[in-house]
Amino acid sequence: MSKAILYDSTLCIGCKACEGACAERWGLPYDDKIAAEERISAHKLTTIETHGERFSRRLCMNCLQPACASVCPVGALEKTALGPVIYDAEKCMGCRYCMQACPFQVPTYEWSARSPRMRKCNMCYERQSQGRLTACAEACPVGATKNGDRDALLAEARQRIAEKPGQYYGKIYGVAEVGGTSVFYLSAVPFEQIGLRTNVPQEPLPETTWRVLELVPDVVSTGSILLGGIWWITNRRAEVAQKEGRR
Amino acid sequence: MLLKFPKITVWRVIFAAIMLSGLYATYLRIFYGLGGSTNLSDRFPWGIWIAFDVMCGVGLAAGGFTLVAIVHIFRIERYKPVLRPAILTAFLGYTLVVVGLLYDLGHPERLWHPLVMWNPHSVMFEVAWCVTLYTTVLFLEFLPVVFEKFGLRKPLEWIHRISVPLMILGVLLSTLHQSSLGSLFLIMPEKLYPLWYSPILPLLFYVSSIGVGLAMTIFESWHSSRAFGRALELPLLASMARVLAVIMSVYLWIRFLDLSHRHVFGLLARNRMETWLFALEIALLVVPTVLLYQARIRMNPGALYACAVMVIFGFIANRLNVGTTGLEAGSGTHYVPRWSEVAITLSIVAAGFAIFRAVAQYFPIFEAHSAERTPAEVEETEASPIPIG
Repeated sequence: MSKAILYDSTLCIGCKACEGACAERWGLPYDDKIAAEERISAHKLTTIETHGERFSRRLCMNCLQPACASVCPVGALEKTALGPVIYDAEKCMGCRYCMQACPFQVPTYEWSARSPRMRKCNMCYERQSQGRLTACAEACPVGATKNGDRDALLAEARQRIAEKPGQYYGKIYGVAEVGGTSVFYLSAVPFEQIGLRTNVPQEPLPETTWRVLELVPDVVSTGSILLGGIWWITNRRAEVAQKEGRR
Repeated sequence: MLLKFPKITVWRVIFAAIMLSGLYATYLRIFYGLGGSTNLSDRFPWGIWIAFDVMCGVGLAAGGFTLVAIVHIFRIERYKPVLRPAILTAFLGYTLVVVGLLYDLGHPERLWHPLVMWNPHSVMFEVAWCVTLYTTVLFLEFLPVVFEKFGLRKPLEWIHRISVPLMILGVLLSTLHQSSLGSLFLIMPEKLYPLWYSPILPLLFYVSSIGVGLAMTIFESWHSSRAFGRALELPLLASMARVLAVIMSVYLWIRFLDLSHRHVFGLLARNRMETWLFALEIALLVVPTVLLYQARIRMNPGALYACAVMVIFGFIANRLNVGTTGLEAGSGTHYVPRWSEVAITLSIVAAGFAIFRAVAQYFPIFEAHSAERTPAEVEETEASPIPIG
């Protein structure tokens, strides 16, 4: 069963317990100064954003068909059956195509490190594969971040909207976006008002590339026959011309 | 032979200054990482090292496959005199692209990883394989020049035997990766500005690479004729310029159809940076295309050269727009390259000019060059690392 995270912005109180738990799980430093940063970076893989009196959370969406994993030339990124998109720093050659391709601008880079790595949330792959909750979900005191099976969380999100239609903007972010993600958002207001990108395509992004990439065998086979044929004709013509003594 | 201190000329001073700044920038890159040598950020992970050094470098080297196809596959043999310089440009171009990549990759020592760790769904994976294979092909296509120079008959015969499949392979590989450089951006429909994002980016990249390959051939013939005091192959270059005009017309027509089918002409009414850069790019491509249809312009060496330079700059503008400026709005940030990024890019270009010149001097690249060269003329235009306007 594939895992997911449900973040309910209407419940979030902005206490940043998730940030602290995340930093601890990755062994990253966390203090007041870092807590004040509202942007994810190589030393802060999740963040609480303030939008007026509302809060929103940023973390890796762990897409169902991740652009990052599809573009990685060395296969350093992988969408696991469990749900998380995981990263192998030993394979990574640092081309940063994953960062360029991500529609949510999630992957970050250790720009000043001698041996830099890409950094992003991997939905606590190790913890979840041991059957434990993600660090953020475990730390959340109000249940704004919930971790569980994707189908169950989706059903729960729909139920919350159905039960209190006045309290929610009637949609779930992450169902249709880029063909579906493993992080869902609920909000009281349209999603762009809590800083989410609403211009992302509704189809899985790897499709855009694959439409062209799947033509490669056609180009190679047709091209080699075409070029070989043209060469054969021009070569034959030259041979005949030579035999007939026209040269 | 006596070792003399080289004569100081303006171009040599500029060349030395560029190389020194590049050296210092290299030091910054090695000891302070990408953060200490570039203005890249989490929101803007690719800069001019990708958009210029790689995307323009590969495109400007497209003359190699274009002329191989013209001369050896279509057997239009009168183009033969410009074939070798085109192959040399291509081989140097690809080598320098790899050098540029070594600067840009976070882990340059893992450059070989894509050859071993496969991901066939990645365009970058395909580009990596094609560039590796094609650089090998170019090396083999260039080898006869070396064999000829040293009078090695046996290897020369051997390489002639495999030359046809080799050339077909070269054209195929080029077709694949020239277009794939455009495919790299297909996955960013919401990031790349609509004046540049198109589902047919690969086709546009491919056709424009053929055009700029021809323009580069005209460009380098013009420069080498000045540097080595050769006679310019004007009728040949003029006929090539006509082909160039046709190819650029096809390109611009496809571009126009694409823009109109995507209903984005309305964007041109907006007073934005993108609009002006788009206009600049298109102007740099339309003006030479129109001019080159006139025999008067084609047969005038200065005008012909100016048109080739315009096509080259228009091409560079296009690649920089797709690779950097067109992505700024969608990434929600601004990017201006740091001086060290520019220094390394300029150093790579300058090194390209210098190595091309050195190789052309010692190897039989321009078939008749040694006979017509006079020492006085060589002195005059010595080591010009930058196009003489």
